[in-house]
Amino acid sequence: MIYAPALEIAVFVLGTIILLLDAFATRLNKQVLCHIALIGLALIFAATFFLTPQGAERHAPMWNFYSDDMVAVMFKRIALVTTAVVLLMTIDYAGTLRAGVQKETAQPGLGEFFALPVFLCAGLMWMASAIDFVMIFVSLELVTISFYVLVGYMRRNPASLEAGVKYLVLSALSTAFLVYGITWIFGATGETNLQKIAAVLAGGRVERNPALFGAVLVLIALGFKIAAVPFHIWVADVYQGAPTPITAYLSVGSKAAGFVVLLRVLQVFLVLPEIQRLLVAIAILTLIYGNLAALPQTNVKRLLAYSSIAHAGYLLIGVVSFSGRAVVFYLVAYLLMTLLGFAVLIVVAQRGGDNLVDFAGLSRRSPFLAFAMLVAMASLAGVPFTAGFLGKFLVFDAAVAEHHFGLVVIGVITVGAGFYYYFKVIRAIYWDKPVTGDRIVVGLRTGAMMTSLMVGILLFGIYPEPIFSALRGIDSTLTVSR
Amino acid sequence: MILLIMFAPIAVAGLIMLGFRARRWALGGAVFTLVCSLLEYVRFQSRGGSFQDVHTFRISSQLGLNFTVGIDGLSMIMVLLAAIVLLAAVWFTGPIENHPNEFYACLLLIAGGAIGAFASLDLFFFYAFHELALIPTFLLIGIWGSGNRRAAAWKVTIYLATGSFVLLIGLIMLYQALPAGVRTFDIRLLQAAAARGEIAPAAQSPIYLLLLMGFGILISLVPFHTWAPEAYASAPAPAAMLHAGVLKKFGLYGLLRIALPILPDAVRQWSNLLLILLLGNIIYIGLVTIAQRRLDWMLGYSSVMHMGYIFLGIASANILGVTGAAILMLAHGLSIALLFGITGEIRRRVRSLDFDALGGLARQMPVAAFVFGLGVFASIGLPGFANFAAEIMVVFGAFRNGFDYGHFQRFQWATVLALWGVVISAIYMLRAYRRVFLGSPGETESSLSDLNPSLRVASAVLITASICFGFFPQRLVKTVSPAFDNYFRVEK
Repeated sequence: MIYAPALEIAVFVLGTIILLLDAFATRLNKQVLCHIALIGLALIFAATFFLTPQGAERHAPMWNFYSDDMVAVMFKRIALVTTAVVLLMTIDYAGTLRAGVQKETAQPGLGEFFALPVFLCAGLMWMASAIDFVMIFVSLELVTISFYVLVGYMRRNPASLEAGVKYLVLSALSTAFLVYGITWIFGATGETNLQKIAAVLAGGRVERNPALFGAVLVLIALGFKIAAVPFHIWVADVYQGAPTPITAYLSVGSKAAGFVVLLRVLQVFLVLPEIQRLLVAIAILTLIYGNLAALPQTNVKRLLAYSSIAHAGYLLIGVVSFSGRAVVFYLVAYLLMTLLGFAVLIVVAQRGGDNLVDFAGLSRRSPFLAFAMLVAMASLAGVPFTAGFLGKFLVFDAAVAEHHFGLVVIGVITVGAGFYYYFKVIRAIYWDKPVTGDRIVVGLRTGAMMTSLMVGILLFGIYPEPIFSALRGIDSTLTVSR
Repeated sequence: MILLIMFAPIAVAGLIMLGFRARRWALGGAVFTLVCSLLEYVRFQSRGGSFQDVHTFRISSQLGLNFTVGIDGLSMIMVLLAAIVLLAAVWFTGPIENHPNEFYACLLLIAGGAIGAFASLDLFFFYAFHELALIPTFLLIGIWGSGNRRAAAWKVTIYLATGSFVLLIGLIMLYQALPAGVRTFDIRLLQAAAARGEIAPAAQSPIYLLLLMGFGILISLVPFHTWAPEAYASAPAPAAMLHAGVLKKFGLYGLLRIALPILPDAVRQWSNLLLILLLGNIIYIGLVTIAQRRLDWMLGYSSVMHMGYIFLGIASANILGVTGAAILMLAHGLSIALLFGITGEIRRRVRSLDFDALGGLARQMPVAAFVFGLGVFASIGLPGFANFAAEIMVVFGAFRNGFDYGHFQRFQWATVLALWGVVISAIYMLRAYRRVFLGSPGETESSLSDLNPSLRVASAVLITASICFGFFPQRLVKTVSPAFDNYFRVEK
């Protein structure tokens, strides 16, 4: 008998254990902490498949702000997998990380770097379940504050510090928008629970304009989280400056959590037609900007940053088309391919830099890494038999069903642009001559992680049924009363 | 059996990537594929238009998505074409300087994808298998190409990727044209639904236009053709053989398989547009081809031009024209593969394909000249080659469409204009032959080796196939035409 709230508590306890071990077991090799965290997360991930829905005690006050529906569970799994992969990447990245912090002890600061993602994971999981604005706010802050620390973690690296400051200022701003928006909504409807707000709005005895204003403010705040244009300014610099595993975490975890909240909030506010029009406009802007800005990039990290903006655009198409299934599937695909891309990037960047030039001739330096990057890029671009293609297929399918033809046209054109910049990476890997001739050897752990990500991408690209069956009936949970 | 034919090239490509001996395994895989296809062809029951050797695997019940394969007459000859050209292309591959394993794997993947697309009975996999060729094409042209290979590789990739997403939207709209409960990706069920008139004529037009544009980009229909000559000129010969010979037929196959039976009203409604565009392919591109100064560019343009005849057969929308179009797809695939193959051999020896730099090659390479000459004759459509039989059918089919003895309608005018294309193609083909093989020797070195014996065999395979089907087209017609029988029942 495992109830959903136990999962977050377990993750939180795991984080605390790691923190305490780090503080008191000073002689311990810090990598052991990472392994403890990984084992713990794996156990909790396994536990998500044996959840029992809460039955009798449903009336307990907690269920006013906490939901254990299948969307929540799915996003909890996404958060757990992402965290585990990020921790695995951190092991490869430890060298760079060590150079970036002060050298007072033998293994400075690594312990916190393993503990914070675990706390962050708890925050993401709470966010997935939040159905009350207060809960949304609190869990969002847990996530954001952990990210403040992680983004600016490499104290000696000016780029990381710059990224930390930028992220701090702009996140604080978006938090302010969120709180302000919540107060307006609360003022207009007298409720913070999403379902009750929906009921009040449907009742019709509400002043529309204050509610609308509040909703727009909340939308702006969430726009920051999912990196939608025009709230994307922070993305490129922060992604480039932050430690690479954290960049991966930001672009996957933060985005996934942003989208689950967006889905839940919009479910309420899409009764206001203005919101839908606004979202279509944001989606179009995001698609165009993200894809076009990615075209001239020569730094792979930055390229992935802009690509993450572009994918927010495709996800938004799914959101405005009311297809929870498309959004969730796309997010799973996005998780697999983006994490794979970042994982390869970390290994390659250890031997040089993270520019496109450093990928030149990778096919000769390490055929395995080259093939992994090929799969990641093909999936990001949307080549069939990869999960990325099926995600785009579902998104366009939903958009055509809802007759959003403007979005479809823009989407098709930007997919064409996407092929250019993702294939630019493939070109560097396979066409160009290597600058240095040394071979790159991939560790067993990292290799296993990359292989499983690749298998996931190809498997879900051909056989998506496991995800679909986990989401059976999702579109009825997220049905919008139109 | 059909599954074996589909996955043999892909599996061999995987093995080669893992480090097996590239050429030996690739040849073995290609021979195996061809033998299996021939066996399938022999086993094939040409009576009745239904699909044979059907296998279904459930993928997603929510989407109504199954992995279904099966063949009818049309897909049978396309699979056969793919297998023959694959074998020839692998055979024609000379020594590869770097990454030979990747090269052969890419070739096999293109062919495997094409066969998969031809054998799929499901819109989703039909589309997806074609896209399997996208990355191999990009790599083949980009790494092993010649001339302006990088620009060409980009161009072909972006064009084909965008084209296929346009096509994807069209296919999604087709999928959603049926009411929500009975949606399916199964081509057979869609055809049945269309035959019952469940797809409204008003809904057909946008879908058809999207499909025409998407397929048009892949086939190089006139306003969307600019990627093709450049890509074929820059691609290594085996890649050009497979791409021009087999993969480009995917779009035409799609029009025959999807647009004609499922969207018949829209096809009729927009036939004027298609006629104008295909005349653009035949006349305009024909004239452009005459102006080419290089052998590879000329062949690239000529392959664009010949698409016009196949379009004419499709546009005629009667059983004669459509059958002719299907056979012409096979015939053109054989002849263009032969021409590109020999051109690649010339490029390896001479390094320049400029007409001004070539000349008199027949003296040093008599066999190559003879083989190339046969390819030229086939391509022009001389009697005795499969192209002739097919073009006759296409032309008669188109001419018959809406014919009355009083006066010419648009189809008759279009046919008359299209016939001039034969003259145009005779001009540029024969002129090219004269400039390359006859006349005084160009700036080339004096000692050039002729085709080596294994290439003679490969060329012989292609020529034999073309001549066999040219003298006995009846066998092909019997195979293909039942597939179209139920398309045009309404007319009769």
